[in-house]
Amino acid sequence: MNLSAEACEGALVVHVGEARLDAAIALRFKERMREVTAQPGGRVLLNMSKVEFLDSSGLGAVVAVMKSLAPNRRLELCGLTSNVDKVFRLTRMDSVFAIYPDLAAALEGGRKYA
Amino acid sequence: MPEPALSQRPMHGEAPPGEPRIFHHSFPATAMAVRDALRSALARFIRVMTEEEAGTLELILAEVLNNIVEHSYRDSGKGHVTLSIVRDGRGLSCSVSDDGIALPPGCLGPEPSNGSDRPDPESLPEGGFGWFLIRDLATDLGYHREDGRNLLAFRLPIAPLGERRTN
Repeated sequence: MNLSAEACEGALVVHVGEARLDAAIALRFKERMREVTAQPGGRVLLNMSKVEFLDSSGLGAVVAVMKSLAPNRRLELCGLTSNVDKVFRLTRMDSVFAIYPDLAAALEGGRKYA
Repeated sequence: MPEPALSQRPMHGEAPPGEPRIFHHSFPATAMAVRDALRSALARFIRVMTEEEAGTLELILAEVLNNIVEHSYRDSGKGHVTLSIVRDGRGLSCSVSDDGIALPPGCLGPEPSNGSDRPDPESLPEGGFGWFLIRDLATDLGYHREDGRNLLAFRLPIAPLGERRTN
């Protein structure tokens, strides 16, 4: 599971380095997210720009991570590719996440609403 | 007996020469084997689909096949899944079979058009999206169980070659 995290402008930015977030990797994704978010902190930005495919297991894992961080920390998303964005739209889960076009916009959004 | 990993039958019918028509693949019931099956199936038909259609095909197949791995075979890693896809004038006709437990009633659900079977986003569901996506994206979805074997069939409409619209 290729996942890296960095602190950036008060946010924890987590880059998903996998082309697929699917049933084969959903469990490991949740475990790695738990590890990289173990230290307390502010908002968590999940950069999904490298993810070309997301299935319902991957979506469920992202939701599970959001729930595990709540209520103290928000999980926000950025860089959704077209196939990934489609899954969020079809399931209407785009209505429960803050979703930014890219990392710069996500960081900008954090400044605006901080 | 498991069939060869990727057998390609001779093409026939009214499709232009060189246009892929049939995909047939049997593989072990594991999530990694599903990944390989998706890659092979997409590679087979990628030339006759738009990017959007390819994304939809991959999503439907992933949901159907992973559902079999996780539920029909209960993540045992034992058993096989057989996927067949035939291209005809209206799109892709897909059939999937396995020898696991029966599909629970209700999975095929109500008509997707009424939309009421979508898990409620506000409840932050971690599951239940798989069958919703299948019902939403596939057409002519049908299930049949016979002699301990599950048979699921569905269609994915795709625009005919040469009549592609960009939308």
